[in-house]
Amino acid sequence: MISASKPIEGSSEPRVPLEQAAILITGAAGGIGRACVIACVKQGWHVFAAMRNKQEGQERLREALQSSGLNNVAQSADLLTLLEYDVSDSKQVKAAFAQIKKSPYELVGLVNNAGLMKDSLLGMTSLDDFDMQMLVNVRASFLHLQLASRLMTKNKQGSIVNVSSVIGLDGAPGQVAYSASKAALLGMTKSAAKELAPLNIRVNAVAPGFINTQLTHDYSAAKRASVINNIAVGREGQPEDVAATIMHLLSAQSAYITGQTIRIDGMMSI
Amino acid sequence: MSTIEQLNAAFVSALDIDEKQISDELAYNSIEEWDSTAHMILIAELEDQFDIMLDTDDIIDMSSVAKAKEILQKYDISF
Ligand SMILES: NC(=O)c1ccc[n+]([C@@H]2O[C@H](COP(=O)([O-])OP(=O)(O)OC[C@H]3O[C@@H](n4cnc5c(N)ncnc54)[C@H](OP(=O)(O)O)[C@@H]3O)[C@@H](O)[C@H]2O)c1
Repeated sequence: MISASKPIEGSSEPRVPLEQAAILITGAAGGIGRACVIACVKQGWHVFAAMRNKQEGQERLREALQSSGLNNVAQSADLLTLLEYDVSDSKQVKAAFAQIKKSPYELVGLVNNAGLMKDSLLGMTSLDDFDMQMLVNVRASFLHLQLASRLMTKNKQGSIVNVSSVIGLDGAPGQVAYSASKAALLGMTKSAAKELAPLNIRVNAVAPGFINTQLTHDYSAAKRASVINNIAVGREGQPEDVAATIMHLLSAQSAYITGQTIRIDGMMSI
Repeated sequence: MSTIEQLNAAFVSALDIDEKQISDELAYNSIEEWDSTAHMILIAELEDQFDIMLDTDDIIDMSSVAKAKEILQKYDISF
């Protein structure tokens, strides 16, 4: 075990002025990703919105920004930078970080949100599907965590949020591979939080429950009803419910919270 | 600033040591100030000073001041 040491004095004060502060969000064109982009822009942070397909993603993001009354954001280089890369390609990820480093902004936040879910029973899960979920959900998040924390070390300010899942905490039939990948994120969160705390970089995870996005779009009406039946608050979650907690974790309001996993699930039982 | 001055500045600032303590022989974990946390701060300082992004293998290999100079030469920085 390598121990971390030397805490930074007065560590809860943001060091980077708001106008220079930037947040990187992966999977930014997805449901939860778009809600995070909107919330971060409203907060006044510059957003690096990472997506696999810029043409498609940009359009989805523009529509979402417009329906939130943020009409000019998509065109404003001061507010938003679109990054196009596949999170599973480490070369592309490193190139994206080089672009962030060269920009006039300082990275103060990362939302490791890009994710892949492939439902299948244990006996019917191919190793390729297992590897793919580990690659996108775990390995890519690890690389982002590693590179982001290096940029954040310079300013000794940062907050990283890993988007896990209640499935990573509780497990579910048909989701052995997905739950393994999301549980791995929780271990990563706790260890990184301990290691990076002396550098004033916080690492937390959120564990969303059943959220209305593309990821759950294919659920049949019957399956949807049965899931909602097991949610105490009686409804599915919205991407904004998740973004609100992520915002809290990114902001200085949560300066004394690190290494935690917060469920955002309306008290769901699986 | 010359490259050697930039290198020394990075070491002084990251490890919080006196410039006089810096020599080619100074090695990682040989002094209390150059521990694992300080190593990551040093990497951030070097990346900032020289405007580069180091490969993870180079971060692992950077075990002394002499080794740091050798590695930085791969990034077209000469001393
Ligand atoms: N919805 C839920 O109920 C729920 C519950 C718990 C946890 N989560 C987690 O929440 C996160 C966001 O999911 P979501 O619900 O917002 O679903 P979503 O709309 O499908 O978003 C997932 C995003 O990840 C991106 N992505 C996947 N593989 C990628 C790759 N290799 N490179 C770059 N981007 C990639 C997708 O890009 P494309 O747009 O190009 O496909 C998509 O934008 C995921 O990590 C998911 O596991 C969701």
